[in-house]
Amino acid sequence: MKPRLASEWLHSCAGCEIALVDLGEGLLELLARVEIVHFPLLMDQKYAGRAGEGDGPELPAADLGLVSGGVASEEQRAILLAMRRSCRTLIALGTCATHGGIPALANERSQAAVRAGVFADCGPAPAEAPACLERVYAVDEVVRPDLCVPGCPPRPEAIAAAILAVLDDELPATPAKSVCETCPARREGRAATRSARRFLDNAEYDPDEDLTRMRCLLEQGLLCMGPVTAGGCGGSGPPLCVQVRVPCRGCYGPVRPGSNPLLDLMNGLAGQGVDRRSVVDRRSLLRFCGAHGLLRPVAGPR
Amino acid sequence: MPRTVTIEPVTRIEGHARIRIRLDESGAVDDARVEITSLRGFEQFVIGRPAEELPRIVSRICGVCPWMHHLAAARAVDGCFAVEPPPAGRLLRELCLVLAHIPDKLLHFFFLAAPDFVLGPDCDLRVRNIIGLARQEPELAAQVARLRRLGQDMLARLGGKAVHPVAAVVGGFSRPLGRDERRQLQADAARLLDFALFALDFARERVLEQCAAADQPGRVRTGFLGTVDEHGNLRLGSGRLRLMRPDGTSCDFAATDYGLHLREHSDPWSLAKTVYADSWGEGLSLDPDAPRGVYRVNTLARLNVCDRIATPRAQAELAAFRARFGRPAQATLLHHWARMIELVYAAERVGELLADDRLLDRDVRTPAAPRAGRGVGHVEAPRGTLIHDYATDERGCITRANLIVGTTHNVAAMNLSVRDAATRLIRDGACDEAIQNRIEMALRAYDP
Repeated sequence: MKPRLASEWLHSCAGCEIALVDLGEGLLELLARVEIVHFPLLMDQKYAGRAGEGDGPELPAADLGLVSGGVASEEQRAILLAMRRSCRTLIALGTCATHGGIPALANERSQAAVRAGVFADCGPAPAEAPACLERVYAVDEVVRPDLCVPGCPPRPEAIAAAILAVLDDELPATPAKSVCETCPARREGRAATRSARRFLDNAEYDPDEDLTRMRCLLEQGLLCMGPVTAGGCGGSGPPLCVQVRVPCRGCYGPVRPGSNPLLDLMNGLAGQGVDRRSVVDRRSLLRFCGAHGLLRPVAGPR
Repeated sequence: MPRTVTIEPVTRIEGHARIRIRLDESGAVDDARVEITSLRGFEQFVIGRPAEELPRIVSRICGVCPWMHHLAAARAVDGCFAVEPPPAGRLLRELCLVLAHIPDKLLHFFFLAAPDFVLGPDCDLRVRNIIGLARQEPELAAQVARLRRLGQDMLARLGGKAVHPVAAVVGGFSRPLGRDERRQLQADAARLLDFALFALDFARERVLEQCAAADQPGRVRTGFLGTVDEHGNLRLGSGRLRLMRPDGTSCDFAATDYGLHLREHSDPWSLAKTVYADSWGEGLSLDPDAPRGVYRVNTLARLNVCDRIATPRAQAELAAFRARFGRPAQATLLHHWARMIELVYAAERVGELLADDRLLDRDVRTPAAPRAGRGVGHVEAPRGTLIHDYATDERGCITRANLIVGTTHNVAAMNLSVRDAATRLIRDGACDEAIQNRIEMALRAYDP
């Protein structure tokens, strides 16, 4: 019997699922190895039971479950609990699931305030819509996943490798390198400026020369999250954003589990003599990892 | 006894929704609604962020069409900071935009919609999907997967990442295109065009005639909104908005003036707002017999509002489409037909853009300085007209953001279409799996 696969998406954008589809022919090979029992993007199985009622939806038993997105409503929580109940091995797929992702930027306010703000110009917030939780949670704040595959989105090959490893009863090694450690840009060991520049003009580089000749973007004075961000986005190649000469914003989450990338980066910059006040909106350095209590409501206007 | 049928989740669509159908004592449909069940609140949590960061934040609104949000945002921030990208920056952005339509249309048509037609709407749900399709048509499925991946790879080469790109920046693009890179892109684009033409032929033979049947579920009569250039040609990048009434008369306006024509409204049961044509002066009504203020966006709307398409093969297809279905064409499932014509246009347009030598210019970005301002960025996303409207303070940080996405424009029409489908398909309260799927098909047509 083929292993059974289930997939669900929560507080997310579908980018992780698109990354899976981006495997191309590899997707068809992968799908042929499994029996899909639940996958709303690709298949027509419905919930037994309602997501927002009673014990929540019932999902068919599966050997492997993929869940993308964080958790921000009672319904999403119920779906995640149902996935955990029904899946032998559960993979938290993508940075929203592992660290909250971009939607957890909303954690600087309460979910209720976000909702009220969105509908402020056209009437009251929808009263009959699914009830929101007080903030956006990562998957591991609600249930224990067996494996975390970060990335916004993760590389298609990394998703496939994780799925295949589980099917073959192994757990894949998680990369421990930072984006910087995978970046070939030229470093001189000191910052060129005392302030962090906003990305309002392109970096300095010769487009005819490869990345090894370009000076490190952070040393050029551009804010780059490379030192504190988990690497692997470029596979065995350079980081993807740097390939198009754009600084990293941290989409794979912190390189050290449980760390605070905002503090780590600001400390690093201070060590280089960079003035912390030159970084506008410092809290948005946590833009991919606002779950786990890292982003919290602040008093007064931002 | 009155009861409610809930279809949850709506499947083979690119997002989160459910359909709720209320039946009266006799088992006839009393009402039907599409409920959007997720809200992330981008308009709120971008407030206070440095505006130049927005193209990389709002892309996460949609993993299916991240390029459209990325590019609309870049355009809006250009407006806030009053910068104009150099020609190469502008062309690189349009190239990415048009190219990004191609993998999306292949995904929607073959992976999500085609199983309903090629395998049949009543086919066993364990088979009625891309895997069932791949089993029946292995060579075709492999080719679709391969060519779709090629399109995504081309986007990744241009923009760093296919999903959640980073290369469109305030003032232009982050890097110039090399001559060798262009040569490779041209070779790849030729393959995409060949496949687009093949896909249209395949669709015509196997799918589109089923969409053309006059009395299909999901019927609704609405106006349309899309984008045209100064000559009335179809545009996917920014241009002038054209709002067409159900009778075919229309009015053009600049995207910055959208607030004079469109108005947002909220309902207690859905986390998506509804937008209606305020400038028609008739308000909003979802009365199925006499809807008011309702217009549609997406592929069918774009083909209805444009006078012509500026690329030859797509124009020939448009002329034939129009001769057969009139203008504006109203049948909901014709979205699929229009989608395949637009696929051909996108492939032709990518070739045109790649042939433009200005694309290779080294000057791709105009430096920007933070300032207080307002900017409206707009593009045509697969789902329809996408509007990003930002205001900034003197530090160049966001003070207000209003986003109208394709789905929101279509909420009113999707509700009407689903209600029509439910009313005509449900008899004496019977709503089995096959009927539920046929109701979902009326919604699926509006997906990218």
